[in-house]
Amino acid sequence: MAIISPGFSGRRAPTDSTLPPGQYLTAGFPVLSAGPTPHVPLEKWELTIEEGTDVIRRWDWTSFRSLPTETPTVDLHCVTRWSKLGTHWDGVSLDTLLAGVKTDAAFALVYSYGDYSTNLPLEDLLNKQAWIAFRFDGADLEPEHGGPARLLVPHLYLWKSAKWVRRIKLMSRDMPGFWEAFGYHNYGDPWREQRYRGD
Amino acid sequence: MVTALRDETATARTITLQIPDWPGHLAGQHVDVRLTAPDGYSAVRSYSIASAPDQDGRIEITVERLPDGEVSPYLTKQVAVGDPLELRGPIGGWFVWRPEQPEPIQLVAGGSGIVPLMAMIRLRRATPGGAPFRLLYSVREPDAVWYGEELQLPSSDSSVSVTYAYTRAVPEGWPRRPARIDAAQVASMTWPSRLRPTCYVCGPTSFVERAADLLAAEGNSPDRIRTERFGPTGERR
Repeated sequence: MAIISPGFSGRRAPTDSTLPPGQYLTAGFPVLSAGPTPHVPLEKWELTIEEGTDVIRRWDWTSFRSLPTETPTVDLHCVTRWSKLGTHWDGVSLDTLLAGVKTDAAFALVYSYGDYSTNLPLEDLLNKQAWIAFRFDGADLEPEHGGPARLLVPHLYLWKSAKWVRRIKLMSRDMPGFWEAFGYHNYGDPWREQRYRGD
Repeated sequence: MVTALRDETATARTITLQIPDWPGHLAGQHVDVRLTAPDGYSAVRSYSIASAPDQDGRIEITVERLPDGEVSPYLTKQVAVGDPLELRGPIGGWFVWRPEQPEPIQLVAGGSGIVPLMAMIRLRRATPGGAPFRLLYSVREPDAVWYGEELQLPSSDSSVSVTYAYTRAVPEGWPRRPARIDAAQVASMTWPSRLRPTCYVCGPTSFVERAADLLAAEGNSPDRIRTERFGPTGERR
């Protein structure tokens, strides 16, 4: 039973029906990071896909940016309860990055510059659901929002969209990432309100 | 249940809660508070715990009233002693300090970002013989300081030293003009990086970005700088 707070009515947005449970709308773009913002020079930037001890794909900034790009418009849902709708990104689809990769892996652990990591099923990176994004609202992605490039997996809570992405490790077994090891949900579906372990 | 209310400033109120079956918390963790209207509409916000862990199932949170807030006006104006409140927690395991940590601790607070750091200070003061703490507390003006009297208390073992930085107005006779914190302040008011302190930085996003960058520029390793950023929308101020 919920505890009723007499006299509380709240501020109800007319668009509530488009929001997952427990979220509220914001027009801003809040930042949530566990440490200082890494500043990665483009000439030193690289992105790899690894399996076991093998690096099976590697891009520097130039080769990454020569890949075909897409311009997804997506809704963002942060576990800290804000949602931002209709955001515009430029990025390279994970379908493009993983094209031709033969693997039995079912999971991915995504690592950032600055030691952040997050885990997700490999199938959540495929089928037009995930991008490595490098522009937001028509401008180069700012470092505090994950620039030069971040993972964008908008159908999961935003902590899964690792900022400052550096390598994607394909794994046969699931392993918790940074927040997942600190009690956040292993999968993080906002529509099922999977915020914390046990939800 | 709410057992006490105390105003910290004109816009901030500390709420003491007695919680049955509270599992205990770590200094730095937060709770989710849920308000539910009579028709079932509900809203949830996260608030850092300000009190040190104790054995009595008692916690304190301090809430700043946001002009456009949905939950904070209720918690700072309407809620009364004896009211039940629904909350979930404790949450978070990264932005925490444990008394067994041997290294010096550097706390850097921007405005209401003092709250989780205050839990650490209170726990440190209740734990004899631990590592020394420094707090650099950036506020708009002297009246905006939270827990001011308690922070003034001399520590019996000099365990916690506090310095203030003012961004809009300074106390009379203060040697600096009001300004955002800068490299010189961070160099003179925080632990030298060669002592390898762990740094905890909490406040609005723009403050945390700046303070964490300055600490890193002073030679602190990024993996020793833990941050917690918040703000109603994270917009730059």
